[in-house]
Amino acid sequence: MITSRDKTTFLNRQSFLELDARGRAAALFDQGTSRELVGPFDRVESPWLAIQDVTPQEDDGCVVMKGKIAGKAAVVVALEGAFQGGSMGEVSGEKMTAALDLACADSENGQPTSAVILLETGGVRLQEANLGLAAVAEVMASILTLRKHAPVICVTAGTVGCFGGMSLAAGLSSYIVLTREARLGLNGPEVIEQENGIDEWDSSNRALVFAINGGEQRYAMGLADALVEDDTPQIADAVRGFIAKGLPHVHRSSQVELYRSRIGALDTSRQWDPNELRRAWGTSASEEDKR
Amino acid sequence: MEQIEFDYPAKRRVSQRAHVGVVGSGELEVLLEPTEGERSHVFIRTSVHGFGETWKAVLDRFFSKYDGIVRIQINDAGGTPGSVMLRLEQAVEVSEQ
Repeated sequence: MITSRDKTTFLNRQSFLELDARGRAAALFDQGTSRELVGPFDRVESPWLAIQDVTPQEDDGCVVMKGKIAGKAAVVVALEGAFQGGSMGEVSGEKMTAALDLACADSENGQPTSAVILLETGGVRLQEANLGLAAVAEVMASILTLRKHAPVICVTAGTVGCFGGMSLAAGLSSYIVLTREARLGLNGPEVIEQENGIDEWDSSNRALVFAINGGEQRYAMGLADALVEDDTPQIADAVRGFIAKGLPHVHRSSQVELYRSRIGALDTSRQWDPNELRRAWGTSASEEDKR
Repeated sequence: MEQIEFDYPAKRRVSQRAHVGVVGSGELEVLLEPTEGERSHVFIRTSVHGFGETWKAVLDRFFSKYDGIVRIQINDAGGTPGSVMLRLEQAVEVSEQ
């Protein structure tokens, strides 16, 4: 039941989902400290879309901003989910990689610089196939290098969610922040239905999709570090918190044995439901880390 | 994708550039920049073919009220005439803040 206080909170919140990539990126910085790098007026657009009859966007759907978060140097890279499904092409991939590499160079030169990646993406841009795949590989390599020095924080708020190759980038992040509207997974429901049939996964069943890929489930399974409302100050607070905290003791993706043993112990002879999985795997990696 | 260009007479200097919108389904982005001379130039790339007359009607109406000397670039993914006009007016508003 929604109480009157909840209603007021709901009505007064500043939606993050309603912001475009530029608005989302800008909202995370300490006031007046951010500036955009390689913005739309620099006109670094994809050279591949127009020749395939697709209208390009001047920033290629990737917004890069540099500034301070919680008083510390940070770079934010935001993918625009509304442009070509937030897909990674040659230009957007290079922008993200370069931003992460520069943050790494600054960190190595005594100015630790965190990165926040706002992922609303279905993965590789099909029109730029191989270059998109290469971009995802480069982004992953850059995250692995940067996260030795400073945290990489992934925020997926929705409504696109984070799928395909970029879900691997999310998985390599130091911390993952999700909302209930976010979905996170390797193969998206539509792809699984297309490849394995509707008996395997009915992608039009939203309750099922969110029970598996949804932010609340991912958080409850220990695969994300914060579950927040669709509220800009709350999301910015979560990001500030993780930047102030610094690097995790162990990265989630380094806990190979933990996850291998969990999968090994899973009885696949019967159908598991999402709640059982929460109970079985619910301990978050950071809690496991404290033991 | 179709490319369309227009020129309009203009007389007022503009000091600030503006960028609004996203090239999403039924949406468009507008880049408005101050330029030199006595004419404004509009460069449109649209995913929808065959609507040159409609674009002309929308921009004729826009430039019947707007006299800034600017270069406008529109990247369009199927915006309706109404949303095109709103984005143009939003770009003007941002450039004059």
